[in-house]
Amino acid sequence: MKKLINAPESVVDDELAGVAAAHADLVRVIEPNVVVRADAPKKGKVGVISGGGSGHEPMHGGFVGMGMLDAACPGAVFTSPVPDQMLAATKAVDGGAGVLHIVKNYTGDIMNFELAAEMARAEGIEVTSVVIADDVAVKDSLYTAGRRGVGGTVLAEKIVGAAAEAGADLATVTALCQKVQDNVRSMGMALTSCTVPAAGKPTFELGDDEMEIGIGIHGEPGRTRMKLASAAEITAMLATPILDDLPFKAGDKVLAFVNGMGGTPLIELYVIFNELKKILDARGITIARNLIGNYITSLEMAGCSITLLRLDDELTKHWDAPVHTPGLRWGR
Amino acid sequence: MISYDDILAWVRRFAAAVTANKAYLTELDSAIGDADHGINMDRGFTAVVGKLDGLASPDIGAALKTVGTTLVSTVGGASGPLYGMFFMQMGGAVTGKEALTLEEFATAFETGLGGVLRIGKAEPGDKTMVDALIPARDALRAAIADGASVSDAITRMADGAEQGMLATVPLVARKGRASYLGERSAGHQDPGATSSHLLLRSAAEVWAGR
Repeated sequence: MKKLINAPESVVDDELAGVAAAHADLVRVIEPNVVVRADAPKKGKVGVISGGGSGHEPMHGGFVGMGMLDAACPGAVFTSPVPDQMLAATKAVDGGAGVLHIVKNYTGDIMNFELAAEMARAEGIEVTSVVIADDVAVKDSLYTAGRRGVGGTVLAEKIVGAAAEAGADLATVTALCQKVQDNVRSMGMALTSCTVPAAGKPTFELGDDEMEIGIGIHGEPGRTRMKLASAAEITAMLATPILDDLPFKAGDKVLAFVNGMGGTPLIELYVIFNELKKILDARGITIARNLIGNYITSLEMAGCSITLLRLDDELTKHWDAPVHTPGLRWGR
Repeated sequence: MISYDDILAWVRRFAAAVTANKAYLTELDSAIGDADHGINMDRGFTAVVGKLDGLASPDIGAALKTVGTTLVSTVGGASGPLYGMFFMQMGGAVTGKEALTLEEFATAFETGLGGVLRIGKAEPGDKTMVDALIPARDALRAAIADGASVSDAITRMADGAEQGMLATVPLVARKGRASYLGERSAGHQDPGATSSHLLLRSAAEVWAGR
């Protein structure tokens, strides 16, 4: 294992100390490992928090700031955070208008957030939760834990954060988050595995000429392993299940998000975006907004994911609103 | 009888077993999960062992609840709430007791198992820790009905867990991250069932000869 770390046990703590040192104008880090917006709590504003395992940077800690999250709870690498963190985050950002928990659909995240929400309610804080489950690679049936929460989470955090910033109440913010979930679909692929620092070796083995289609963001093996194909073929393999699932139709306007898994250069992500544009053009679907880059990563994994969000005026307005976080900034 | 010291010795033995099997549990989790089970359990039980020395009175219920709350606060993932709930609920069933009969231990174990079933919502055959814990409970109940000694009963319980653990190999996962693999999860032993077997094998080891 070759990594820029001091010790596997201290990776998350060392990273958070770096974040706090670099972005003191935007965030502060409080015990037990919670990244909180520097000016939280804001009186009368709905708090929006999220959290999940570390290793997906900049998500979630990099999205704390004006117009996005009020706090983020990073767990150990690829491990859901503990309820104490979400409780501390909820209390730190509660400005009296309630707090929304944005939860990715993983068994551990769901259980830990549920425990935290119960504890926060017991302390008199109004808490709602929306579960993001947008990965179409997973068959959504009684026989799985349901779809995983992946790229759609980033878009939900931006859009919902903008609404909260604009003064929307908890019910409105919660409904908006659910609307994003209802209109977003994603799928990812990997060219290489990743190595959890504490494990010290790759999570899975992939031959030099192989790729994994339908990969999760924790190195969970995907649904099919196959020989490497061209960017055009790979884009079609990811985009087609996404388009057919919602389904996206001719005339739809979408936000197209091409995300890198952490080890893939931008040059390749733009190649994928170009192929995606061709596919959507052919179907009469307009890319009204886009996001291209490494935003929800899987450590050093090479690969990408595609996320499509069907836009309407409300979602577009909140997407365009100013945001100022370590990981995403525009409009100011 | 199972004494307060026996309970602490069991928890300590399991903590040592988790440390010794940290890489193995993580390796099993790499195959069908997210490669962190051994790491997370080891972090949690290292914290638990640190708490055991500071316990005030010989109250088995309070001790088990401390184990549970420590796990919830330190493990994360799915294992934190699941093992945390197991110990918290088990402790809640034996509050104030300094020693347990085998029957009381069985009832406490069943209460802990109930907590796991409630928050995990897993059913037998879903390829989870439940697949080790339920055969363990059944074996313990059968042993009690046969009038077995503590040592024999717990050994049979651990054997039941072991059989359940091995029986997870051909199963297709329907809960947790392994469920995303569908058919590809078959052929791998479940990491949670494996740590649950270690939990009960640890009890059988420290209570041998009773």
